[in-house]
Amino acid sequence: MLQLLAPDGTYGVPKGYEKYGKLIEDLDEDTLKTFYRDMARIRRFDIEAIALQRQGQLGLWVPAIGQEGAQIGSGYAVGKNDHMFPSYREHGVALTHGVELMSILKMMRGVNHGGWNPEETRFHLYAIVLATQVLHAVGYAMGVKLDGKVGTGNPEEDLAVISYMGDGATAEGDVSESLLFAAVNESPIVFFIQNNQWAISAHIDSQTKAPLYTRGEGFGVPGMRIDGNDVLACYAATKLHMDQARAGQGPFLLEALTYRIGAHTTSDDPSKYREDAEVEQWKAKDPIVRFETFLRRQGVGDDFFDEVTAAGDQLAKEIREQTFALQNPPMENIFNHVYSDQHPEIDKQRAWLEAYEAQMGDHE
Amino acid sequence: MSISKFPLPDVGEGLTEAEIVSWLVAPGDMVKVNQTICEIETAKSVVELPCPFEGEVQELLVQVGDTVEVGTPIISVSTQGASPIPVVEDKTPTAAAQEADTGAEYKIPTLVGYGDAGDVKSRRSRAVKAAPTSTAVPVAMVAAAAGAADSIIAKPPIRKMAKELGVNLANLAGTGTRGEITREDVIGAASQASVFKNLTTPDVPSEREERIPVKGMRKAIATAMVSSAFTAPHVSIFVDVDATRTMEYVKRLKASVDFAGVKVTPLLIMAKAIIWAARRNRMVNSTWTDTEIIVHNFVNLGIAAATPRGLIVPNIKDADAMNMIELATAIEKLAAVARDGKTAPEDMKDGTITITNIGVFGVDTGTPILNPGEVGIVALGSIRKKPWVVDDEIVVRQVTTIGATFDHRVVDGDVASRFVQDVASVIEEPALLLD
Repeated sequence: MLQLLAPDGTYGVPKGYEKYGKLIEDLDEDTLKTFYRDMARIRRFDIEAIALQRQGQLGLWVPAIGQEGAQIGSGYAVGKNDHMFPSYREHGVALTHGVELMSILKMMRGVNHGGWNPEETRFHLYAIVLATQVLHAVGYAMGVKLDGKVGTGNPEEDLAVISYMGDGATAEGDVSESLLFAAVNESPIVFFIQNNQWAISAHIDSQTKAPLYTRGEGFGVPGMRIDGNDVLACYAATKLHMDQARAGQGPFLLEALTYRIGAHTTSDDPSKYREDAEVEQWKAKDPIVRFETFLRRQGVGDDFFDEVTAAGDQLAKEIREQTFALQNPPMENIFNHVYSDQHPEIDKQRAWLEAYEAQMGDHE
Repeated sequence: MSISKFPLPDVGEGLTEAEIVSWLVAPGDMVKVNQTICEIETAKSVVELPCPFEGEVQELLVQVGDTVEVGTPIISVSTQGASPIPVVEDKTPTAAAQEADTGAEYKIPTLVGYGDAGDVKSRRSRAVKAAPTSTAVPVAMVAAAAGAADSIIAKPPIRKMAKELGVNLANLAGTGTRGEITREDVIGAASQASVFKNLTTPDVPSEREERIPVKGMRKAIATAMVSSAFTAPHVSIFVDVDATRTMEYVKRLKASVDFAGVKVTPLLIMAKAIIWAARRNRMVNSTWTDTEIIVHNFVNLGIAAATPRGLIVPNIKDADAMNMIELATAIEKLAAVARDGKTAPEDMKDGTITITNIGVFGVDTGTPILNPGEVGIVALGSIRKKPWVVDDEIVVRQVTTIGATFDHRVVDGDVASRFVQDVASVIEEPALLLD
């Protein structure tokens, strides 16, 4: 397993992984601070979103607490032309590519269907149906190759695709199909598995017999395990293999070993199926705490951390105000985006619903 | 200053109500945004609720033990000046803003009626520990829980169960692969322990009376019992029977290769007997609806189960279509799920006839009350050695009493008697099951 930052915050490059270490040693202090800032920011966002759900403001929330290292690290390694296909827990990756965090809250409240433009952010919409995004990602990557945007050597042209998935998704047939298609088409894609140990209540032991990083081998997709709670390992591994995919070296699979500290969603109660002691063991490997220790040893002082905490509280306050102020979308939104052009059947349905609503009177 | 009220949110997807388990604040307390104010128990779990306001608690609008519909205001908080969050009433933020200083009451809108709640009457029992509202950002490194090497092999749910049942895993020899401690090992140890526990005399509490609030599961049980007892005219009949051959049969099945790993008990033979007798006396396996009697040509066999939270009656769907092994497996699974408190509501719906195994408590017989919607219930009493007359001689036999209650609107005395006789015949001679 590639680990550059031990749980106690010690940095070290294991033998044979020098090319990964080199990528970290090229980073300046501002970039490292950005990693920290965004990990802390997305966790504060997450905590506030859970509270908002408990206050009746969101239909559902999907916490990513504990997985910030995997998400921020890999997110920053995605290049400027690359496309990302998330599952539904990648709030941290969304943050690294300018997706409005409010859009995610709106989706979880049910007032939009995501609302960001994947062509602008290159971060595609959340896929609630497990593992479907992996097929979409491979299809996109195959298209990229057909367009000739792989291995030209021109950084303005070339691009690769990254597909996120959880350990639970790997048990879906879609993922096996995706690996096969990616391998035989030599598609420019990195499969990024966040193995957070639990597929809702099903432990990883019931999802796979062999380690997940070996899952691609039979299909011809090489893989590697990385410490998903080590933001630096996640950055370096994603960067190196996305660069290789972009250069035309075909697909690669990364298994980031991490842990879902919170519930699967706010509708789940993990105390029913796992022990507190296990959660505590993983809290000791927290990605943010370990990176803070590292930064402090690099000479980063209290001022910086205080500023990050204050910024997080400010963000929480803002999203709280904005969420409470959210309005229900107009009814016609149901019909507006079914077809790009006007459609007689949709017009009929719209007219029927309008007549029905009118007859109900004011229901407030 | 204005008064803000917090309506009970739907914390799961499609929940319609919750019970207030505890209040962590009282009138007069100052509360902050996201401070935990109470714990609620939903059909899914116990959940902490964070306060959406900052201010002084005016009133707790619902009491501990109340079951409250989603959308009901549960607490009122007086917020200083402009509310720290945009409090809106009836989805018109401007109205709220205009009245912000007049002391008018505001209620925040919540997403009410999200999804389809379905039938919420029978709720799953659940863990009593609250799911934390949020996971705090660790501020210091937590020392890794290294400790001594753990030689006990047991899965987390089994360890958890052992903890709950007070079983020390270190004292157990696991019967699973490589000495893994199984669910059965833990249950076995727990029941072993309870045998001895029963022998101790508990201390009498110093209070002269204890008052237990009637709520939750106990309330649901009471409502069902009263509704059954006062709508269906109950008639109970009993018969003593020699169960020696049933006990021998159970012993033989236990020893047979086909039943390896399957739990065989007299209850299994009883279940088979009821299914057989119900086929011969169809009216006992029916439902009364005032306008018609629905006679079921299948048996969804209910088995009353005592759980830590009270009595529940899950049923085995289409039990009549099962062979002995399938039925044994189904009974074992039903009991294990019920003990874990994980019985799903649908498992408790659409039962057609019920067995209650009161014999496990050492009781000879009783007059069971019908499971609502059903017209027959059979009680299996304890099976013990007693004097029995065979060919005018007193011999020692394994004897039990079968008690049964019927809805007299549907089941006449002759049918009831024949049915109980049929059940008794099978207990006396299980070979009848071979037809």
